[in-house]
Amino acid sequence: MPRVSVTVNGSPREADVEARTLLVYFLRDSLGLTGTNVGCDTSSCGSCTVLLDGESVKSCTLLAVQADGHEVTTIEGLADNGTFHPVQQAFHEHHALQCGFCTPGMVMAAVSYLNENPKPTEAEVRLSLEGNLCRCTGYHNIVKAILAASGAEV
Amino acid sequence: MTAVGEAVPRKEDTRLLQGEGRYVDNLASTRMVHAYLVRSPYAHAVLKSVDVSAAREAPGVVAAFTGADLADAWPGGLPCFWPVSDDIAMVKHMPLAVDKARFAGDGVAVVVAESRGAAKDAAELVEVDYEPLPAVTDVEAAIAEGAPLLHDDAAGNRAYTWSLVTGEPDKVFADAAVTVKERYRQQRLIPTAMEPRGALCEVDAAGDVTIWATTQGPHIMRTAYTLVLGIPEAKVRVIAPDVGGGFGSKLDVYAEDVIVIALAQRLGRPVKWTEERSEGNLATIHGRDVIQEIELAATGEGKITGVRVRLTAAMGAYLQAVTPGVPLLGAWLYAGCYDVEAYDFHCTGVFTNTTPTDAYRGAGRPEATYAIERAVDALARKVGKDPVEIRKLNFIDSFPADIASGLQIDSGDYHGALDKGLEVLGYDAVRAEQEKRRKAKDAKQLGIGFSTYVEMCGLAPSRILGALRYGAGGWESITIKVLPTGTVQVMSGTTPHGQGHATTFSQIVADRLGVDVADVEFLSGDTAVVPTGMDTYGSRSLPVGGVALYHASEKVVEKARQIAAHQLEVSADDLEYEAGRFSVKGSPDVGMHVKEAAFAAWAAHNLPDGMEPGLEASFIYDPPNFSWPAGCHIAVVEVDTETGDVQLDRYVAVDDVGNVINPMIVDGQVHGGIAQGVAQALWEEAVYDEQGNLLTGSLLNYLVPSAAELPSFDLDRTVTPSPTNPLGVKGVGETGTIASTPAVVNAVIDALAPFGITDIDMPTTPERVWRAIEEAKA
Repeated sequence: MPRVSVTVNGSPREADVEARTLLVYFLRDSLGLTGTNVGCDTSSCGSCTVLLDGESVKSCTLLAVQADGHEVTTIEGLADNGTFHPVQQAFHEHHALQCGFCTPGMVMAAVSYLNENPKPTEAEVRLSLEGNLCRCTGYHNIVKAILAASGAEV
Repeated sequence: MTAVGEAVPRKEDTRLLQGEGRYVDNLASTRMVHAYLVRSPYAHAVLKSVDVSAAREAPGVVAAFTGADLADAWPGGLPCFWPVSDDIAMVKHMPLAVDKARFAGDGVAVVVAESRGAAKDAAELVEVDYEPLPAVTDVEAAIAEGAPLLHDDAAGNRAYTWSLVTGEPDKVFADAAVTVKERYRQQRLIPTAMEPRGALCEVDAAGDVTIWATTQGPHIMRTAYTLVLGIPEAKVRVIAPDVGGGFGSKLDVYAEDVIVIALAQRLGRPVKWTEERSEGNLATIHGRDVIQEIELAATGEGKITGVRVRLTAAMGAYLQAVTPGVPLLGAWLYAGCYDVEAYDFHCTGVFTNTTPTDAYRGAGRPEATYAIERAVDALARKVGKDPVEIRKLNFIDSFPADIASGLQIDSGDYHGALDKGLEVLGYDAVRAEQEKRRKAKDAKQLGIGFSTYVEMCGLAPSRILGALRYGAGGWESITIKVLPTGTVQVMSGTTPHGQGHATTFSQIVADRLGVDVADVEFLSGDTAVVPTGMDTYGSRSLPVGGVALYHASEKVVEKARQIAAHQLEVSADDLEYEAGRFSVKGSPDVGMHVKEAAFAAWAAHNLPDGMEPGLEASFIYDPPNFSWPAGCHIAVVEVDTETGDVQLDRYVAVDDVGNVINPMIVDGQVHGGIAQGVAQALWEEAVYDEQGNLLTGSLLNYLVPSAAELPSFDLDRTVTPSPTNPLGVKGVGETGTIASTPAVVNAVIDALAPFGITDIDMPTTPERVWRAIEEAKA
């Protein structure tokens, strides 16, 4: 079995995995980081979105071995000693989560997008979330929260 | 300051936002093994043989079983709790099929292995000799002469017939100046909670069963597992940890749940099963799939006098927990919020070679609302009235209202909600813009669609459920314990899967007992912690469970009052109570807080003679009536008449859900409901081919909308408290889904009025819209 070494949330992590193991299962099963959820089997839902070298990626779309030598940030690595990241804070204040299952992926996608486009319009935020599905919120408050996190008046 | 009515941020978020969700698939037990089901690829096939011997020999495999191997574990099969009529065919539903498979996805064998991957690999080695049979997936085809039969004991594939007739419908229709008759197709939907289903079961040496399941109904499941598997109920513990959305789809007694229990019993090891999404599209219940015929009788000016409805409703291949009852949940609502004299409802339930249907957000009520709201628009066209005018002419406007279908609406203000909706929308300006585009023959036409709805939720008065032959009651249970140090535990029978119970219920208790919201601990979803409950469905948590909480709080306050009176050496009648503190009338400085009474009750050094120690109370509340939320939803769509593309430009929702505990959470419920209802109107449809293959088997082809397809919504509300409960609340979980679908489709039809188009099947995809336009031009 290949050995995979990945820096996860700032710490070096290693594990032996079956070659077919997807990054999301490496995170969940090998490292116990179950904050990254699996919501589909077609790379459609985005629940498993993490940051790979700072950019959002659906962790079901690459093999764990492809992440070898890279840096991964998951939802568990986002808050700073219990203080929410501004996107997490905005999700909390604007009720952008209900069941919470899509939330880690939504938050990571938003963090990545705001790095790329710090002052987006509502339309841009909506388009940026095309790959992340939520069934509870109708997206209304997710969009509002991301705009709020960008400093926009909402 | 009181907590009730405030947008208190959710207590739930702290964990969920940091990746600490305790969803079933995040849990593991030592020595755990993984189950994977082999499912029939055929919609209808005789199982000539099922051979798991090769799978048993595969690497990592612990065991493999056929349906026959496990049949003695569940002699009666899976339960249906709602035998709605005398003529119902209560067909047997085995968790793993034995004789034949009746839908694509019906389980036929199960493989258990040390890893998920090993189980899935080995499942491919299971040899099944299928003899395919002709399949039928359409409800009308299924009851036609010569259709393939699913069950020997369901002649003509008929599951049941059920009627509700009041007044003199035949006379009313004969006397009517105007009638309209419409036929609508409620397409089949896939609920698609973002968390796939799953279950993890441990059985200890004493035979005690603990199962963590993705369920809305841990208490119902405990009873059900006992009924199916014969395990004494007291030995079954069901835990619903964090549950990632349900929308009705996690209320069923699923095959996989009882399979993992049976496997854990046999193997002596914990067994876990996690659904794959594509597997879920086949194996988790579907919703809707009904052909509706609705006929209105009216006066010449458009005053509706009678409603006649004929439904042909798909059950799917088997009857799940409440499958037959879903059409009944809408049966009272086909006259909507309109005052009519006569009512004639008839439903035929039909078996087809498809995934079983069951309650999906709204359950029967979205179907009813769709039919009446579209039919009212059809009537408006026929009598030459604006959709607003026809609605105002027909609204029920005196409450409580005894409606033609036989129930009583608690309260409402239908004119108020519609007026507010028009104001929020700026109706005249949008109509003016529409007129401008029509005159200019703009390629992009505007449509405005209304849905003025009323629904019945807060399920449900137990006596009514009994009269309808439902197998259980509709009460809810709460226990409150004030701990010696003054924090409060709430043990709730209703359990959340995203609705924010912990926050809302804490707000209610905080106000009644004068404690901080943060000092209330909400416990639910574990039958060992909360042994009594009726669970979460039908927008019942607040109007049933929340009201139980109110009454339990009052009992706590009353006991605390006795303790305070005793210790302060005054009569209980001489105490005033405000914000958690009792004070002596006329001597406000002399008093005692509920928290102090709790300590005194715990220490028990100085209680009134005969009083039980401890400050806690339980209340089981059975509602006297449903709650009846209502409101006005308005959609504005832009239809590209060259491509058929429909864009939802604006969406206004004015809902009346009675008093509001947490407006932020209530709005969130409405937002999500709207998105699901809009999705039925515009995008979602489960499609089978003629052989019964599900063509929308994954999220690649079953089109759950993303943020990119939806606008933000304009929400407002009117507040008409329910007089039937002391909180004045009504349910809110399903309103958005119930209201929104007809608003959007009415808007699409309105946009296409210049072409003379009066009907398009849902979802109104670009292809359907384009074809309708081309046919209208031809």
